[in-house]
Amino acid sequence: MTVNPELQGRVFEPTAPYLVGREKVREFARAVFAVNPINVDVQAARDAGYADIVAPPTFAIVVQEKTLAQLLAEPGSGIELSHVLHGEQRFSYTRPIVAGDELTATLTVTSVKALGGNAMVTAESQMTDAAGDHVVTATSVLVVRGDA
Amino acid sequence: MTAPHCDAPDFDALETGEVVAQAVYSLSRDSLVRYAGASGDFNAIHYRDDVAQSVGLPGVLAHGMLTMGLAVQPVVDWAGDPGRVVDYRVRFTKPVFVDPSDGAEVSVEAKIGALDVDARTARVDLTVRYGETTVLGRAQAQVRLD
Repeated sequence: MTVNPELQGRVFEPTAPYLVGREKVREFARAVFAVNPINVDVQAARDAGYADIVAPPTFAIVVQEKTLAQLLAEPGSGIELSHVLHGEQRFSYTRPIVAGDELTATLTVTSVKALGGNAMVTAESQMTDAAGDHVVTATSVLVVRGDA
Repeated sequence: MTAPHCDAPDFDALETGEVVAQAVYSLSRDSLVRYAGASGDFNAIHYRDDVAQSVGLPGVLAHGMLTMGLAVQPVVDWAGDPGRVVDYRVRFTKPVFVDPSDGAEVSVEAKIGALDVDARTARVDLTVRYGETTVLGRAQAQVRLD
């Protein structure tokens, strides 16, 4: 099975809002060895001008994963998890994610390219807050191995 | 006394090529289980040797996103505020295998790659190694300093 080239340009339905929990941020911060007080201590975050603790730069993957699940669940996509390698990842922030944010993510498949027997799929997830303002764009390049 | 964590480095004193942070992280199988739970990534190749071996790997490997997540932490500490990292990108080029008893050591060196004087943004280039092997390619964090 090969990746369906018609996926290129496809925009998926926005995900249900994801509420960024303070304890989830702390749990994630600990898991990535974050030691900055602004990641875990509410007072330190407020002293630095934030409403609540700030998520580590890669936290957006937790929300982006909801959109990648949409892609994997898409009938006829030709993308199976067991054949997917994570090739590249990027996060571009307008502002940091803080506890209490409600994030909605919208996935666009910006590119599908054949590469030998494999395919490279670029999946870009735009995340906005409850006011509809952009927070972060998370982009993954997935390498989907062919069955050759 | 160390400076308060909100203190940012002085942008005007930075030089391209300057090493601004270094760190070594010891990963164990526990670290992988902790990251799986925190991130929601329960792909079994990150905690079961039999599953990893069934897809041709020598054994359990760290989540690429765990390596990416920890590699930026020395930059966060140098910048003094996680919110100053406005862009972060990597390529996943080599796996980090985590031995059940000995774990794995991952080292990070962060160096100024470029300075944008108008945006007051520093591009920090990361060299991330597992033993002698570089495991992330084109690993770059953009850090905005006031």
